[in-house]
Amino acid sequence: MSTSKEWPLWEVFIRGQHGMSHRHVGSLHAADADHAIKNARDVYTRRNEGVSIWVVEAARITASSPSDKGPMYDPARDKVYRHPTFYDIPDDVGKM
Amino acid sequence: MDPLFAFLLRQGDNALVLGHRTSEWCGAAPALEEDIALANTALDLIGQTQLWLGYAAEVEGAGRSANDLAFLRDVYDFRNLLMLEVPNQDFGRTLMRQFLFDAFQVPWLTALCASSDQRVAEIAAKSLKEATYHLDRSSETVIALGDGTEDSNRRMQGALDYLWPYTGEMFADDEVDRAMQAAGVAPLPSDMRERWDTSVRETMQAACLTLPEGDFAHSGGRSGVRHTEHLGHMLATMQVLQRSYPGASW
Repeated sequence: MSTSKEWPLWEVFIRGQHGMSHRHVGSLHAADADHAIKNARDVYTRRNEGVSIWVVEAARITASSPSDKGPMYDPARDKVYRHPTFYDIPDDVGKM
Repeated sequence: MDPLFAFLLRQGDNALVLGHRTSEWCGAAPALEEDIALANTALDLIGQTQLWLGYAAEVEGAGRSANDLAFLRDVYDFRNLLMLEVPNQDFGRTLMRQFLFDAFQVPWLTALCASSDQRVAEIAAKSLKEATYHLDRSSETVIALGDGTEDSNRRMQGALDYLWPYTGEMFADDEVDRAMQAAGVAPLPSDMRERWDTSVRETMQAACLTLPEGDFAHSGGRSGVRHTEHLGHMLATMQVLQRSYPGASW
């Protein structure tokens, strides 16, 4: 498995047959973006899981820091009025 | 032998033998991703085998099944190309062989989609989608490894040189082929030559590999007359369970 150490890591997102958006399904190693798409097809769609694949090199993702959890997320906790749950949505609007 | 039966055995045996060789990589490929990709390819080919040999068994009408044909025939009953039975050797040769075969399979299956035999056309249409992906993957890998490091280039050139004398058998028409052409079941394999030559030349150029000179071609696989010494060893492994426990199922 020495080869995989030399290939960069890619994060894989798949849009399912009935899904509405791409979802993160896992990661894999590949030499370049095209190779990553093919590997994702072989690793993550062999049970007919999807109809569209996105890959992004893991190193290109900027992530929030877990240590910022308090200032980042706590202020939103007690603001229930931001949830649009106080409105009646007509059935024919469909999925929001 | 009925020419349609012989034709279907060739189709099925090519898929079976290459499928088994490819499955030998399961758990042993150089990277996890390649391991799964090779297992997928092997499963595609075994799936195609079931369809071709299933139809072959019906055409034969001797009460045999696809499993009987796969697991209870001996070396000289097999009708696969010699190129597909030689050992994998290394990842490079495995992928080079896959490419040389895929580059034939895609135009071949495309032509079979217009077969006068409805079942042949249906099996070809299903197999073509898989073969198209196999070709996409194998050609890119051949290019990546050929145009890779000094070592990978040397191995790919070695693989091409080794396999080259086996490629001619794909295009050597015989009575079975002529009977199939006359019946509108299949084109002549030699009709695929020009397209194969072009795609192989382009890919090898991109892969920084040199096409070997000389057109000597081994033969004897498609006719069953002269297989290599390797097929018997492969079948011994592949068939051991059905040979030891005839009729075993699970």
